[in-house]
Amino acid sequence: MIAELGLAALWLAAALAGLQLLGGSLGLTAKGQALGRVVRPVAVVQGLLALFAFFCLIYVFAITDLSVKLVALNSHSLKPLVFKIAGAWGNHEGSMLLWVTVMGVAGGFVALIERRLPERTMLATLAGQAFVSLGFYAFLLLSSNPFERLSPVPAEGQGLNPLLQDLGLAFHPPTLYLGYVGLSVAFSFAIGALVTREVGPAFARAMRPWVLAAWIFLTVGITAGSYWAYYELGWGGWWFWDPVENASLMPWLAATALLHSVSVLAARDALRTWTVMLGVVAFSMSMVGTFLVRSGILTSVHAFAVDPERGSFILALLAINIGGALTLFALRAATVSEGARFAPMSREGALVINNVLLCAILGIVLFGTLYPLVAEALGAQVSVGPPYFNPMSALFAVPMLVVLAIGPMLRWRRDDFARIGKNLVIPAMLVVVMGGALVAVADVALLPFLGLVLGVGLGWASLLPLRGRNLRRLPLAVWGMVVAHFGIAVALVGMSSESAFSTEKLVAVEVGEITQVGPWGVKLDRIEPVAGPNWTALEARLLVRYGPDGKVTRLTPQSRTFWAPPQNTSESALLTRWNGQLYAVLGGEGEDGRWQLRLWWKPLVPLIWLGGLLIALGGLLALLGRVTTDVRRSVQSDRIAERREGEEKLREDRA
Amino acid sequence: MRRVLPALAAVAMLGAPALAQQEQSTAPFAYRQLDDPAKERAAMDLMETLRCLQCQGQSIADSDAPIAGSMRSLVRERIKAGEAPEEIRSWLIERYGDYVSYAPQLTELTWPLFAVPLVFLLIAVLLLRRRFTLVREAEEHGPGHEGEEA
Repeated sequence: MIAELGLAALWLAAALAGLQLLGGSLGLTAKGQALGRVVRPVAVVQGLLALFAFFCLIYVFAITDLSVKLVALNSHSLKPLVFKIAGAWGNHEGSMLLWVTVMGVAGGFVALIERRLPERTMLATLAGQAFVSLGFYAFLLLSSNPFERLSPVPAEGQGLNPLLQDLGLAFHPPTLYLGYVGLSVAFSFAIGALVTREVGPAFARAMRPWVLAAWIFLTVGITAGSYWAYYELGWGGWWFWDPVENASLMPWLAATALLHSVSVLAARDALRTWTVMLGVVAFSMSMVGTFLVRSGILTSVHAFAVDPERGSFILALLAINIGGALTLFALRAATVSEGARFAPMSREGALVINNVLLCAILGIVLFGTLYPLVAEALGAQVSVGPPYFNPMSALFAVPMLVVLAIGPMLRWRRDDFARIGKNLVIPAMLVVVMGGALVAVADVALLPFLGLVLGVGLGWASLLPLRGRNLRRLPLAVWGMVVAHFGIAVALVGMSSESAFSTEKLVAVEVGEITQVGPWGVKLDRIEPVAGPNWTALEARLLVRYGPDGKVTRLTPQSRTFWAPPQNTSESALLTRWNGQLYAVLGGEGEDGRWQLRLWWKPLVPLIWLGGLLIALGGLLALLGRVTTDVRRSVQSDRIAERREGEEKLREDRA
Repeated sequence: MRRVLPALAAVAMLGAPALAQQEQSTAPFAYRQLDDPAKERAAMDLMETLRCLQCQGQSIADSDAPIAGSMRSLVRERIKAGEAPEEIRSWLIERYGDYVSYAPQLTELTWPLFAVPLVFLLIAVLLLRRRFTLVREAEEHGPGHEGEEA
């Protein structure tokens, strides 16, 4: 019954999206203005219906209703409740339902609160949102119905991939989806602005919170995903340039560029067409990412949907949405003027340079991810991995980091390097000293070397915009920028340090034996069996000590065996110190009764994710700053309008 | 939560290590490092750029699949014998095809991978140059043409 309710809500929501599209487009014409008025309420109801359908799906998963095919295929009655619920979106149909839900809710939210833009632009925006939603509703209802029933009802479900039974999974995909789909709002705003040719600071201010929010979610999602891969896959790697990771990186790169150009547009009314273009590109990258993951065209750890029919459906959606938007852009771009001018040596100039560099990195990631498919079509299989992506992206990332260190100190419109040059003396010296120290002490490969020296210099330079400012009066948005840029430096140092200084130890040890990894002494104390709700495991008790006289700490890595579906996983054990992380994995038992251990000492590795979180925190501060300013501004303008009305009334009364 | 289950779980458990055993490679250097740290480093650097043929999207350096284990062993043994990493890579490519190497080799099929970054570099330079020269011209010819202030 609940499943049918969910399905009905979904159909209704799709119909309302149709109405929203119709109302929005007709509302733009002279005759259909009356229809325009239904658009906002329809958008809100559509979002609520999608949300209702999504809760129905969560409900059938929570009670393990095995008569629903999706539940039977992806869940199991013995799973802990949190993983039953997370299982609702840990599969193709559920994740697509999550997609339309977020899209509907976001559209409804825009319809409810956004009052700054001309009504025509809003109509076009909401129509654009409905158009994209409609495609995904069709996809969901016609080829991936999440509420399909199963008869006869099986006695037990097939379970969820044990690798995915982890709290990381419970929140990683929804976070990323909020980011992906949040960009749809930017896309729709861009479409709306193109249709009505209203590209200016007001448009940028309306779009900015959405871009910021989506970007924060993407940042958190990528950071969490990377940490998840790090501890769950059990080999200490944290970024693999796997197509699925790239699929989340590409929208982030585009959103980062968009975020900066939208700020230029809001503050200086420059970069109009460029911002609109990025708005289209950012959400297109979200859709490309979804296509790559959902179509199963790339077989990787994450691709759990292998179905060509669905692939072609999403490909068609992709072609219609992106093709349509780009055509509109091509038709209208010439009629939108470029906006205010500025000198190369200026805040805008630096932002433009980094925008272009970010787009170049995006291009490389996109090309490198898709090229194996092209090659396969040409009849050969090639792999493109870290040895390609690392140096190629560094080619553009290195100049970008240099500009990033300088840019925030420049004035808008026109500036002089001589004015800020002296501020850069200390960071430049830091770079030189760090470089000298690295060359003298350690033998470090080129890329981690560059990362370390630039990271240290950037760390200092990123704080320079605070110099000489009253810190209490500093706008939140500036704090946000400083924190986020500092986060980049922190993450960069973490990545480079991990790559330059990690020590690895693979050993087979007897119970009671002590082994060394880096500064750590590790003793295998005992091996014992343990059991969880849907798994059993062998657990090693390791006693570890940092240096000769550190405190002894216990670590318990496990080798788990799940029985539904049957699969083995290694649960790594991590010990974090201020200067790094000890990473321990229990392998199998050898014939001679020794146990395999995989141990890593990774100096400063937590900085990678700490940096990611700082970047997201910076975004959050900026978002709070922008939203409070916007609210204050709108309250003020309301008050002015009220006062004017009151005065007019007085005047009328007197007359 | 972590309680030791009696009898029933113990029976299930008996199967577990055996299962794990079957799945792991028994090649000598699959899970053993080379004694010489420099050689181990070289082997590791190479292994991180070789693709596990059985798993999806993992290098042989981070996979438990048997074939990844045998390939690790093979790489370590050859490095130990003094072979150069790139020789080992070519040997593997010869046997398993380009697919095995995460570092694409420059061939008639893969040249676009190397041309594209150069093209992007060119586009970036042109885009920025064009933009900034246009700006300069506009400013020289008349500051009145600047866009409205925000």
